[in-house]
Amino acid sequence: MSIHIISQKCTGCALCVKVCPFDAIRITEKKASIDMAKCNICGACVHSCKLKAIIKEEPVSTCAVPDSKDYKGIWVFIEQKNGKVQSVAYELLGKAQELAKSLNCQVSGVFIGNNLDDQLDELIWHGADNIYLIQAPELANFQDEPYTNILVELVKKHKPEILLCGATAIGRSLISRVAIRIKAGLTADCTGLDIDPVRKILLQTRPAFGGNIMATIISPNYRPQMATVRHKVMQPIEPDKHRKGRIIRENFDPSLYASRTKLLDIVEEIETLVNLAEADIIVSGGRGMGGPENFKILEELAHVLNAAMGASRAAVDSGWMPYSHQVGQTGRTVAPKIYIACGISGQIQHLVGMSSSKIIVAINKDPDAPIFKYATYGIVGDLFQIVPALTKKFKEALKK
Amino acid sequence: MNIIVCIKQVPETTDVRINPETNTLIREGVKSIVNPFDMYAIEEGVRLKEKFGGKVTVITMGPPQAEACLREAMSMGIDEGILLCDRAFAGSDTWATSYTLAGAIRKIGQFDLIICGKQASDGDTAQVGPGISTHLDIPQVTYVKKIEEAKNNVMRVERMMEEGFEVIEVPLPALLTVVKEINEPRLPSLKGIMRAKSAKITIWTQKELNLDGQQIGLNGSPTQVIKIFTPPQRKGGEMLTGEPGDIAEKLVNLLKNEVH
Repeated sequence: MSIHIISQKCTGCALCVKVCPFDAIRITEKKASIDMAKCNICGACVHSCKLKAIIKEEPVSTCAVPDSKDYKGIWVFIEQKNGKVQSVAYELLGKAQELAKSLNCQVSGVFIGNNLDDQLDELIWHGADNIYLIQAPELANFQDEPYTNILVELVKKHKPEILLCGATAIGRSLISRVAIRIKAGLTADCTGLDIDPVRKILLQTRPAFGGNIMATIISPNYRPQMATVRHKVMQPIEPDKHRKGRIIRENFDPSLYASRTKLLDIVEEIETLVNLAEADIIVSGGRGMGGPENFKILEELAHVLNAAMGASRAAVDSGWMPYSHQVGQTGRTVAPKIYIACGISGQIQHLVGMSSSKIIVAINKDPDAPIFKYATYGIVGDLFQIVPALTKKFKEALKK
Repeated sequence: MNIIVCIKQVPETTDVRINPETNTLIREGVKSIVNPFDMYAIEEGVRLKEKFGGKVTVITMGPPQAEACLREAMSMGIDEGILLCDRAFAGSDTWATSYTLAGAIRKIGQFDLIICGKQASDGDTAQVGPGISTHLDIPQVTYVKKIEEAKNNVMRVERMMEEGFEVIEVPLPALLTVVKEINEPRLPSLKGIMRAKSAKITIWTQKELNLDGQQIGLNGSPTQVIKIFTPPQRKGGEMLTGEPGDIAEKLVNLLKNEVH
């Protein structure tokens, strides 16, 4: 387990110094050397070296690595709330179908809850070849421990090759526990999933350092290969009502359904009627809104567009909008089709939370605001005139 | 109440910039800070101690310079700092990191509560908190935005969800991961800074922790990074100009296919 430089081959070209995300490489007397106190053994330098002078020794795994041939199929955890399948599950089924073609395998959904039978067809139409269905009254709502127990037992019994899950509040809590229990590799918030054509393993690509760099991650020696994906990153397939699927009902010992935590209440907040993570369009306001009363004009636009309301940290810290609306590094990460930023200058902390939106519209009075470097459409001007004009024109165009 | 807060030292990402000529990260002069989410965990730990008495310990795993973030936590009122530092821990992914932190917590022994930030700002995985609770086999509540009540070894907390929040009762010992809404971290007092400066930091290596060598560091990590690259940068697009009404008209035409 280590990384080292073959000094005979090194010419001191410093390419490795530039790619090192940890600032761990120095050139002294025309030879590179790695400061192991800083090095994270990420391997970025290995790929940068044209002379193959940097060697990373792959870990020698002496763990009881499962025989990967025993593991087959792609699983998707089907997240439900109040018995309703969440859209991220359909998106993952779509991606799973695409990956299944490269692996020549089936796609299965794991569906845990109570009274879920009315949604099985919809899941099959969206790409589930099999559905593992586990129902009990005490499983109606998500709780960490019973859901973890069930997923662990199912994985042990049926041995999927890949397990995908939404990077939601529920998904991230659940899947982290499952990965620890079965000792599997888990990559969070993937924006790209592919199958390596030769090794037939899952290539998991995700942003790191607030989106400043991308990393491709593999878990070749462990099964299942596990990944979470955010809302809106993958595309669902067109539902096909002729698709057929198999329902596999499973029951476990009731002791597995016990939970030490107790869910007392689920409180839905009225102001978050349109879920930020799932919204196709987000209208967001920042410091340039000037005060809480002015968010009304954004609400009107959001209403016409059936959009969710977002806010920058500046607006939330000023008390103009609740924290649950905050987009950015310390708030939520979103990737809608359209993000309309009003009076938001575009600090890096905000940009990392929304820069993967398909279209960004920026309205700001400062022509030098950093947000314009990212915006698909930029408007320099007074948002108090432009936003109402937009509301009016959209109303006409959408005949509302 | 004995509380353990787990924190991470991260680069201050606002300073991470791309050199447009070489398309690489500029890391010179990048400051290391306490992960912003961990500041809320530290603050909540100190507040609980102030209310219920007991002791708050902060742990981090990292290189020797990560000591600085322990001292920062101590300047805010944390009693003790432990640094897990060994080359054997390097290259740990979230599996191995949570295994190592859980091992250190076992060595500390008796505790009532572990608090973590909801995720770190460099990796953004949100996996280490739940990983620690799973290794220790204790209950967890993630994304906690409020501790409503704590008595008789039971806590009632609010957990932030996409559409609102859940109210959850959790028996102690337990692990919580916390979000920004839970509190406003204090500024360290002068006295706190002075105390933190001279405080003794405990350093534990693999020798003290005596963990399974196959479960730590790179060997204990199921995931491997095979490639790191810079994403294509988003380029600024079209500027729309004219009277507000004209601009609105143009934008509606450009977006109408995306809006239903």
